[in-house]
Amino acid sequence: MIEIEDVHKSFGALEVLKGVSMTVARGEVVSVIGGSGSGKSTLLMCINGLEPIDAGRVVVDGVDVHARATDINRLRRRIGIVFQQWNAFPHLTVLENVMLAPRKVLGKSRAEAEAIATDRLSHVGLKDKLVAYPSRLSGGQQQRMAIARALAMSPDYMLFDEVTSALDPQLVGEVLDTMRMLSSEGMTMVVVTHEMRFARDVSDRVAFFHRGRIHEIGPPEQVIGNPQRPETADFLKSVR
Amino acid sequence: MNYSFHWRPVFQVMPEMLAGCLVTVEIAALSTVIGVAIGVALALGRTGGNRAAAAFALAWIEFGRNTPGLFQIYLVYFGLGSFGLHLNSYAALTAGIAFNNASYLAETFRGGLRAIPSTQTRAARSLGMSAPLAFRLIMLPQLFRIVYYPMVNQMILSVLMTALGLTVGLDTDLAGVTQHFNVLTYRTFEYFSVAAALYYLIAKAMMLTSRVVAWRLFRY
Ligand SMILES: Nc1ncnc2c1ncn2[C@@H]1O[C@H](COP(=O)(O)OP(=O)(O)OP(=O)(O)O)[C@@H](O)[C@H]1O
Ligand SMILES: [Mg+2]
Repeated sequence: MIEIEDVHKSFGALEVLKGVSMTVARGEVVSVIGGSGSGKSTLLMCINGLEPIDAGRVVVDGVDVHARATDINRLRRRIGIVFQQWNAFPHLTVLENVMLAPRKVLGKSRAEAEAIATDRLSHVGLKDKLVAYPSRLSGGQQQRMAIARALAMSPDYMLFDEVTSALDPQLVGEVLDTMRMLSSEGMTMVVVTHEMRFARDVSDRVAFFHRGRIHEIGPPEQVIGNPQRPETADFLKSVR
Repeated sequence: MNYSFHWRPVFQVMPEMLAGCLVTVEIAALSTVIGVAIGVALALGRTGGNRAAAAFALAWIEFGRNTPGLFQIYLVYFGLGSFGLHLNSYAALTAGIAFNNASYLAETFRGGLRAIPSTQTRAARSLGMSAPLAFRLIMLPQLFRIVYYPMVNQMILSVLMTALGLTVGLDTDLAGVTQHFNVLTYRTFEYFSVAAALYYLIAKAMMLTSRVVAWRLFRY
């Protein structure tokens, strides 16, 4: 379970998160929607400790992410994250990209890591690209590779930050399908997205982010289908 | 013009001159390797948080890049002598060129580090890598590729700089050997044009070798 309790976060004078609270249960898919600059990416990075917080707490399965005593590198093994920019490691082949962390972070043998990587890459439909370098892949393929790379750590949680925003429209579908597959397998996911149909179909709950706060949260039929707050309705109008 | 060319004496001492080439390449390679090691340290020192280290690195880089290489070699050879540290001409020349190399390479490395998107480190850290591990596995290999040709160029410049060894009495490198025979025979034009051709060949050979190595090394 991810417990976010009254998290505050500023960049200099700009307060980006103004007291955010939310929990994500095991097996749940929560989509986060909201305008540009409302703090969605920042929130995701506070969940796995890539950004420090100023006040509040983030607790993952009982471990306080931002506590001094927490071994953050160990915790991150269990929380996969995929970014908007694909972030492939350009000097490694697709297979090596996915094998690297299992080998060097989890200490698996080359054979074990290769088996895991091959399995995850097949899962996202990249079995025939193992020896290619990322520069040879399309954006959609690179993004699926990034998903496989995170999955290779066998995480309990997956965070997605607008993973389809930088893709050509015809490549969006293949990445969304991969995420649908993960959710149907029971993966716990927090998904920042502008894809309202995806949010509606796949999420258990949708959180609408507005000016550094969760303005509305609930099942997709409510937040997207029948928003209770005028700001939510305005936002939905603007993205349609 | 009443100067007649005599090439034979030059070709008779070709073995000695080629041996000089080896010494030249050796000094260039050594001073590049030392320069790379110090250059990485200077680049990290300049960008790191420690103020004293940043000031020291900046002073080194500014001095190294904005004063004549000849003076830097002089300072090592004669200057350090005033402090009781006497290096022979081989060591002084190598150290002087290494000093110069380090200051140029430091800036090359700093630029190279900046050219790698910070998102690469972020992606590595998010997979559970510690900062040093992420630097070694993700940053360093990419940095190496970015600075590869600048490093090769610095090594070629080092080859040419070794000729300054003449001024500190080095007589085993190509310039030294050439000068040795020059003063014996005063066939200045012949000796120095052949030596120049040899320097040219060394530089070209290095560039070619580096291309082949790069082709093997960088597959992406
Ligand atoms: N490292 C940083 N330093 C300074 N300001 C930052 C930094 N990261 C984000 N910000 C600012 O914080 C605010 C929230 O950024 P964030 O990226 O979390 O928004 P977002 O909701 O993800 O927006 P988008 O939909 O455009 O991705 C923005 O105003 C942004 O400019
Ligand atoms: Mg964002």
